[in-house]
Amino acid sequence: MSNVPGDLKYSKDHEWIRVEEDGTCTIGVTDHAQAALGDLVFVELPEVGATLAEGDACAVVESVKAASDVYSPLTGEVTAVNDGLTDAPELVNTDAYGEGWIYRMSLDSDGELEELMSAEEYLALLEDEA
Amino acid sequence: MAFIPHTDADVRDMLQAIGVDSIDQLFDEIPQALRVDGLKGVPEAVGEMEITRIMHKRAARDGEPLTFIGAGAYEHHIPAAVWEIATRGEFYSAYTPYQAEASQGTLQLIYEFQTMMASLTGLDVSNASMYDGASALGEAALMAVRANRKSRSGKILMPRTLHPLYRKVAKAVAGNQGLEFIEVDYDHANGTLDLKALEAYADEDLTALVIPQPNFLGRFEDVDALTDWAHARDAQVIAVVNPTSLALIKPPGEWGEKGADIACGEGQPLGVPMSSGGPFFGFMTCRQSWVRQMPGRIVGRTTDLDGRTGYTLTLQAREQHIRRSKATSNICTNQGLMVTGATIYMSLLGAEGLAGVATACMNNTARVVEVMSSVDGVEVAFAGGQFHEAVLKLDCPVAPVLERLAAEDIAGGLDLSAEYPELGNALLVCATETKSEDDIVRFGKAMADAVAAVAGEKR
Repeated sequence: MSNVPGDLKYSKDHEWIRVEEDGTCTIGVTDHAQAALGDLVFVELPEVGATLAEGDACAVVESVKAASDVYSPLTGEVTAVNDGLTDAPELVNTDAYGEGWIYRMSLDSDGELEELMSAEEYLALLEDEA
Repeated sequence: MAFIPHTDADVRDMLQAIGVDSIDQLFDEIPQALRVDGLKGVPEAVGEMEITRIMHKRAARDGEPLTFIGAGAYEHHIPAAVWEIATRGEFYSAYTPYQAEASQGTLQLIYEFQTMMASLTGLDVSNASMYDGASALGEAALMAVRANRKSRSGKILMPRTLHPLYRKVAKAVAGNQGLEFIEVDYDHANGTLDLKALEAYADEDLTALVIPQPNFLGRFEDVDALTDWAHARDAQVIAVVNPTSLALIKPPGEWGEKGADIACGEGQPLGVPMSSGGPFFGFMTCRQSWVRQMPGRIVGRTTDLDGRTGYTLTLQAREQHIRRSKATSNICTNQGLMVTGATIYMSLLGAEGLAGVATACMNNTARVVEVMSSVDGVEVAFAGGQFHEAVLKLDCPVAPVLERLAAEDIAGGLDLSAEYPELGNALLVCATETKSEDDIVRFGKAMADAVAAVAGEKR
């Protein structure tokens, strides 16, 4: 069974969202997503300062067998990206919820956070898709 | 046995399985007005004997004129060994080799080709080739849009010193994909792009600047200044280059402070015969940082389980068969056979041989310019040198002059008056290494006669 930490929020596109103390959100792909993708060989990061609308394709995760878009689960501005992935994309595989984070953003409004799934809801989604 | 894979019964079964009455129904989405009902003008089939006769007759019409036309396709000497070696069994199948275990020869050849093109253009990586130089430019423009994330405009500046057909093809390939191609005028007295003409766009959000070198008029652009101008505005630089010339002149990777970002061009001069216009092949190289935005195939070197060197297609995850509509390009193949010929050509000539060809082209064209400058009614359009093409200005219309030269079995050049009316009666001529001193003198005399005759008719 996939690792789905209880303190995070989730999107239907298999991204996780952590609300930081300063109100910004850190975003990555879930353990389930990294397992489905296989060994990552490249992560194309968004630009710091880019403004994203919910649903925008903002990053690309590329494995030996596929390249998939990461869709921004929230609307706002990119405040940081994980440059460590440029040289070590495998961090997404080995530590999806930690060192494998992809980008951080400030939100235009907190309202969208309500739309995201809880860990329980995401687990249910995974069971449905299985 | 029938070689058609699907019998009528197979087709019926498949249609039934998906619940459709006819094949036509599958294309319902396409409006009736856009459909083509049969191919009009295609004659009935004929037998082999008859078609052979027709083709021989038509081939004979081409003749073998003394050629002084370049304009994108160049007559070079191709060592007989090139196409003899290319027919070896190891190179069979022009198709991209998916099965690495069965295609090491072809894969290694493409890898060597990529190495040669990267080295010639002074850039880090090359793909396995494109369809031709013009469509490679269209792809390079799309690639610049993907790579240049600082620019949102999709505006690509193309000087009018770029091949007119390349400009048309780039617009056809990429013009409906949100890109805007802006044509920039050149210095009519000098035949090169003027930095002053670019200044009109200095404050705009530009995605890329296309720099042809040598340009369509045979002239050398100030590539260093142009490259730095573009980079200072966060625009990418797309170099459109002649591969033969790169044996002599500064490669795109060394232009200006940072070098061009993408280089592309037509590979035909590297051992591919002119063959009435095709097949040709395009090439494309770029810096390492943009490799994931590069369209087409790339062959990489790796090691197998036993540690032995092997070659395989790499970076395929961006291709259409995996990424569907999100693929970097709809280019799904490469010009395998032409690339095989070109790689053998470059191997046989070597760097020194290619430089020898380029020098001979340059000298012969300089000699044509010298001869023509003493012909009455002919003037050399631009002073100050060229690669292997030059513009001549005639004091009479170009078309009838070319007709008279053709009657002498001389292909006298390309009439520029439609595409470059500001140059008047302008003719683009080219002399490659294939032309001897006698050929050039004969061309000069024939030109003098033709111009005198046409000018005489006018009076």
